[in-house]
Amino acid sequence: MSNKETLTGAEALIRSLEMENVEIMFGLPGGCILPAYDPLLKSSIRHILVRHEQGAGHMAQGYAHVTGRPGVAMVTSGPAATNMVTPLCDAFMDSIPMICITGQVPTTAIGTDAFQECDTVGITRSVTKHNELIMHPDDIPMAVRQAFHIATTGRPGPVLLDVPKDVLQNTMTWTWPTDEEVIASLPGYKPTTKGHPKMIKEAAKLILASEKPLLYIGGGVLKARAADVVRELAELLQIPVVTTLMARGAFPDSHPLCLGMPGMHGNATAITAMQKSDLLINFGARFDDRVTGKVSTFAPDAKVIHVDIDPAEQGKVRKPDVPIVGDCRIVVEEILKSVQELLAEGSTQVNIDPWRSKVSGWREKFPVAYDQSEPGGRLKPQFCLEKLRDAAPEGTIVVSGVGQHQMWTSLFWKFNEPYTWVNSGGLGTMGFSVPAAIGAKAARPDRTVWAIDGDGCFQMTAQELVTASTEGIHIKVAILNNTYLGMVRQWQEMFYGERYSEVNLAGCPDFVKWAEAMGCVGIRVDSVEEIDGAIELANSINDRSVVIDFRVEEFEKVFPMVPAGQSNDDVLLHPSQESDRGLLR
Amino acid sequence: MRTINSNNPFGDSHQHHVLSVLVQNRPGVLARVSGLFARRGYNIYSLAVAPTDDVDYSRITIVVDISATPLEQIVKQLFKLIDVVRITELDPRKSVERELMLATVRIDGEHRGQIVELANIFEAKVLAVGSDAISLSMDGTPEKIDDFEELLKGYGIVESQRTGRVALPKLEREARKGALKGKAS
Repeated sequence: MSNKETLTGAEALIRSLEMENVEIMFGLPGGCILPAYDPLLKSSIRHILVRHEQGAGHMAQGYAHVTGRPGVAMVTSGPAATNMVTPLCDAFMDSIPMICITGQVPTTAIGTDAFQECDTVGITRSVTKHNELIMHPDDIPMAVRQAFHIATTGRPGPVLLDVPKDVLQNTMTWTWPTDEEVIASLPGYKPTTKGHPKMIKEAAKLILASEKPLLYIGGGVLKARAADVVRELAELLQIPVVTTLMARGAFPDSHPLCLGMPGMHGNATAITAMQKSDLLINFGARFDDRVTGKVSTFAPDAKVIHVDIDPAEQGKVRKPDVPIVGDCRIVVEEILKSVQELLAEGSTQVNIDPWRSKVSGWREKFPVAYDQSEPGGRLKPQFCLEKLRDAAPEGTIVVSGVGQHQMWTSLFWKFNEPYTWVNSGGLGTMGFSVPAAIGAKAARPDRTVWAIDGDGCFQMTAQELVTASTEGIHIKVAILNNTYLGMVRQWQEMFYGERYSEVNLAGCPDFVKWAEAMGCVGIRVDSVEEIDGAIELANSINDRSVVIDFRVEEFEKVFPMVPAGQSNDDVLLHPSQESDRGLLR
Repeated sequence: MRTINSNNPFGDSHQHHVLSVLVQNRPGVLARVSGLFARRGYNIYSLAVAPTDDVDYSRITIVVDISATPLEQIVKQLFKLIDVVRITELDPRKSVERELMLATVRIDGEHRGQIVELANIFEAKVLAVGSDAISLSMDGTPEKIDDFEELLKGYGIVESQRTGRVALPKLEREARKGALKGKAS
């Protein structure tokens, strides 16, 4: 047919991304991906030029976290592709939909150790949900469609497309595959979304019969956009809820049923409620080792309902009594319906008031605690966080790095809205927060975005603040600067007899000057009196990014803590609460 | 040589498993499948791959020495690979298994007759005869090939190569109950 359009592979690639409604992409050009950057000049897609490819990956993640839509990153071959491995693995661990496009040496040069050649699909095979080397320009539209389909359906995850330079340069005849063609091209990929009706009924019966039920909700609730249904179920039956690190905000912290985060640095009530429960209702969580502690002593009396879209999660760590493979939203809606039907038919819920009052008692007795600083003493990081939290505008998105500051943020912030908390949960990638915050802000320019960072993390990816300044994506960064790799220091103090090995970061650069050099406003806070003014100033600046360097107490530790490999029953409480430990029974 | 059939290679607590994995016939698919075993530190004992009657698909027959629990997790992870269409775990008692072996054996004048006789008994074929060596081929069940190989060792095997087993469920209906439906996420 004569009306068929002839495009270069590069034009087909950019058009395919436009067809998938990509509005923003993050990247950095180089030799092999050069052809794709030319049609970008006249594309509707906004490209954000990063300073390091890892930044592009984390920005795409931040974008995906807050929108639920796949973040897109495009970089060149070789070192750019290897720099992308960390964000891909991070997205894979946390089930973040992401599309990564890498350039590759021409097909004729593959395997010759050509300049900037690496085996990108080989290297990224185990850190992506799927990856593909595209060998012909005709294959580009289908590969892009498949990538978006795979990244966003089932258990979401990153998909990488590796495109050789000559495939971008050669021409193809443009066609756009239909949904049916995409699905037919993937005969091995059929995610289950609907739960098994018998299992759903079983779950509903167990829930009504439980004396000590607990909703254990994870990132899957956010991925499935199921927060409202989960809340409906919790409120109907007045079941307490714990929200994992990945699910902070999925159930409002302000809600009387919310117990907050369980796990290694969870709060005592959430941890103990899991241990004492007789029924864990797991929606989209994966019994991560940071949540279970020693598995053999985890929630010993609990039956388990496990709803997860990934069949491989069923029984991976804890054998469920009622396994349900399916989409969290669809399944929870069905469970809710089934519960309502049972109630309408005259079934009744077992009285859980004694359980609820026990849980409330714990919550009253064991709030998350820290010691206020002595007059004239160093700042407490927790106090700075409380101040930041209380001054934050409605709808603020919080993005953290990894370490003590991450745990304090999860413990002390109040997350009342889904998709306002972005962090690196599974992989624990230091340096995540600054680029991820830029990605989040690019997606939600109407929101205030606070990156809560540590001094160690900040030094890993701070250069992306140059990207923020040049692209006009203004974020706010709070560095809880204790001049230590704080979490590692805490472990060395507690488990290595205070033998501090390579954790002191004294000699940090001047963060204020560094921020200013990158086009940001830099503010240093040394004393309690300076906190309010600094935060007020930071919140008032909207035409530049702001960095506050909070010089905090060096030896502050995160409590509670379940030491690695130990039972949740042996959680270490804040020293002021240890004498009441007996009440956690 | 350690073989899967003789000399109780895995001790009593282990049982070998045979997986028949139907995949899309595409570059990299074998690496994806084998990578799932490698990253967990498990060795694949034998592996046979070839296109099916439909060239868009290949069948990979994998023999592994893994106890049931980790294998269940690996099978679930295999299902998650986009290119994997179906996985069937074949119970050796309920499937037909075949393997091919080529072997070159040292001979001298007085033993040549014995080896040819042995080959006849095992229904092996003589592929080539030289002055001091003979090349044979034999197909059959892996157990029978084990036996033949053992006997040939007595004469001195110069070189040998086995294909690894291929397998299909027996035609009885119950043999198909082990078939697992592919599910991905």
